[in-house]
Amino acid sequence: MFYLITWFILWGVLWAVYFMLDGFDLGVGILYPFLGKDEAKRSAIRASIGPVWDGNEVWLITAGGATFAAFPSAYATLFSELYLALLFILFGLIVRGVSLEFRNKGEAPGWKRLWDAGFFLGSLVPSFLFGVAFGNLFRGLPIDAQGFHGGLLAPLNPYALLTGVLFVTLFVTHGLLWLAMKGDAELGETALRRARPLWLITAVAVAAFLVWSALRTKLAENYLERPVWLVVPLLAVVSLALIRIWVSKGRPLQAFLSSGAMIVFTVFTGLIGLYPNLIASRLDPDYSLTIFNAASSPYTLKVMTIVAVIFVPAVIAYQAWVYRVFRGKSPGAY
Amino acid sequence: MSVLALSRLQFGVTAAFHFIFVPLTLGLSLLVAWMETRYVRTGDELYLKMAKFWGRLFIINFALGVVTGLPLEFQFGMNWAAYSRYVGDIFGIPLAIEATAAFFLESVFIGLWAFGWGKVSKRVHLLAIWLVAIASTLSAFWILMANGWMQRPVGFVLRNGRAELSDLGAFLTNSYGWVTFLHTTLSGYVLGALFVMGVSAYHLLRRSHLPFFRASFRMAAVFGLVCSVLVAAAGDRSGVLVAEHQPAKLSAMESFWETKSNAPLTLYLWPDTGNERNHFEFLAIPGGLSLIAFHDADDEVKGLKEFPPGERPPVLPVFLGFRIMVGLGLLFIILTFLGWWKARRGRLESSRGYLKILLYGIPLPYIAIIAGWIVTEIGRQPWIVYGVMKTSEGVSGSLQPGHVIASLIGFTLIYGLLAAVDIYLLAKYSRANPEEIQPGAGQEPRKAEA
Repeated sequence: MFYLITWFILWGVLWAVYFMLDGFDLGVGILYPFLGKDEAKRSAIRASIGPVWDGNEVWLITAGGATFAAFPSAYATLFSELYLALLFILFGLIVRGVSLEFRNKGEAPGWKRLWDAGFFLGSLVPSFLFGVAFGNLFRGLPIDAQGFHGGLLAPLNPYALLTGVLFVTLFVTHGLLWLAMKGDAELGETALRRARPLWLITAVAVAAFLVWSALRTKLAENYLERPVWLVVPLLAVVSLALIRIWVSKGRPLQAFLSSGAMIVFTVFTGLIGLYPNLIASRLDPDYSLTIFNAASSPYTLKVMTIVAVIFVPAVIAYQAWVYRVFRGKSPGAY
Repeated sequence: MSVLALSRLQFGVTAAFHFIFVPLTLGLSLLVAWMETRYVRTGDELYLKMAKFWGRLFIINFALGVVTGLPLEFQFGMNWAAYSRYVGDIFGIPLAIEATAAFFLESVFIGLWAFGWGKVSKRVHLLAIWLVAIASTLSAFWILMANGWMQRPVGFVLRNGRAELSDLGAFLTNSYGWVTFLHTTLSGYVLGALFVMGVSAYHLLRRSHLPFFRASFRMAAVFGLVCSVLVAAAGDRSGVLVAEHQPAKLSAMESFWETKSNAPLTLYLWPDTGNERNHFEFLAIPGGLSLIAFHDADDEVKGLKEFPPGERPPVLPVFLGFRIMVGLGLLFIILTFLGWWKARRGRLESSRGYLKILLYGIPLPYIAIIAGWIVTEIGRQPWIVYGVMKTSEGVSGSLQPGHVIASLIGFTLIYGLLAAVDIYLLAKYSRANPEEIQPGAGQEPRKAEA
């Protein structure tokens, strides 16, 4: 039981940290055509995430790998049932990665435009589809003994579309605050100024997500049973408010950290409602994949716990150190 | 086509494509780390320029390796859900460790290396590329232990309707995994060396930047020679393990139909799978196959007829793959030896024929490595986990052929585009003038034209 709960938490933490870290560089990619009005600005925007985006993306691979090792059935069901969403996430991330790498390695304007478009779309599509995927996770999937019921487009239900939009707004806000922090005077100020109207949109999306989740999904049940957990959605709302306060005070670093916290608390708001399910069945709770019936053996979980205890703190330490090396305003060239 | 056939094709395409980039990452990262080490030790700017010139090619290749690796991690769940459920208790472990222990090191420190010139001390910068090099070899270790387990499953019990880990020690000491790891990483090092030699040959043929490319060539030739000899040694061990644990694969590699002791090694033959024999056999070395397989000329080698047709791997691709791999491997020993010898004698630029072979031979180690994977993976068929689970039992139940056709077309189109761009960029930056790389500048020197 100890390992099961530990791995449910770790599973959530890995995904939440992934969204918190890659979230800002995905957001930066979505903002890229809007804020990158000229070559210098585009270069500065790319340079701001250049040294760190690759390391951020490894959290996704780790989250995927940990899902596989700790909850193999959940890994198998989730990725095969949401096949097309996953596929387009992968296409997006592939295109995005090479776009960043290739963009400055050719001179023709068409070449640069092509990879600029790749960077934008490769950021927007995965952001939205991660939201759709997690929306379906929170809502529950139509699975039973025969597997998945529902067509190709079943994952595109209204609630999941809302979480898709929610993820995009969260990431864009996060990216905007990153640019406010890293950009030179002009870019930084533009970003901070744009953060105000964008905050409002994000606030509406967060509110809609919380209300809809409470009224129309089963996520509320855990909260009704143990109201103490309401502190998590509350913290999400507090973080949201803090963003606005720090933006008003012109403190982008604090606003950025608040937005990171908001992403983590928002993801956990859903996951706490989900517990102990990993994938809830909408058809019959007997077919839900839970930490009890989808987990690896205790021996494997023990091995994985030791691995996590050794490596995750080390990763956090050296990744934080590299962030520190590149702290401050980023140089204009990439 | 069925979901099974399509999923296999897709896995083959995406894995083979990913593996175009992996070996160069393995080999070139070590060479670049060595170059930068010499710079830090001697202060000679030549080595700094070398690290930057080859480092730029390394980074283009690295980026593609990273993004094409993503689908592999997720495809097990997407297309091979039944497999993932059945063996995830074991198979998930090395994948998760690979990400936590190796990918993070690689990706975090490649950022520091590429963007950190002048931001950190020389020694810390050098440490970054060494960490990248070590981490890429470490990641190879974990994924090949995973593959080694599929080839020779150990340390598990069948319980609760699935394979569960029972002995981590057995998993970590799986001889098949270790030998595959050595064989594969060393072949990546050889590929990296031949890549540097081939690109250097281009410049040496044009007599441009001679000191720079002579020095690059010499380092690569020494490295390549040592590694190509070691690859052969690891390959020999690998053959013994195949004979012991996967007799059907061994017979397919040699298209060997009738069980015999003192089995001969036939140098020239062509399989006739339909009639369970060979069209012709020519030049047999008595006892040769027994010797290779068991290191004893008298031992018995099982012929393919011993195995029911449903449990034999496809003979032709395995047979051809093995010949191509071994033939090219021997060629690489000769080529790297000649390179080392000629560089020592200072006779490189006059050996134009040799240099041309190296230049136009850049694709050869790629072909050898893909051929090796064909032997390993097609030779494992019809099993996904040897002797435990058939490939046909591993595929996702919920998929429709249309899903996989869509994804296969998507991957093929995107990968085709990426391959074209990658070759174009590698060629462009391989021809570039190393003198134009600014010391102290970032990874994007302003002038990239040759």
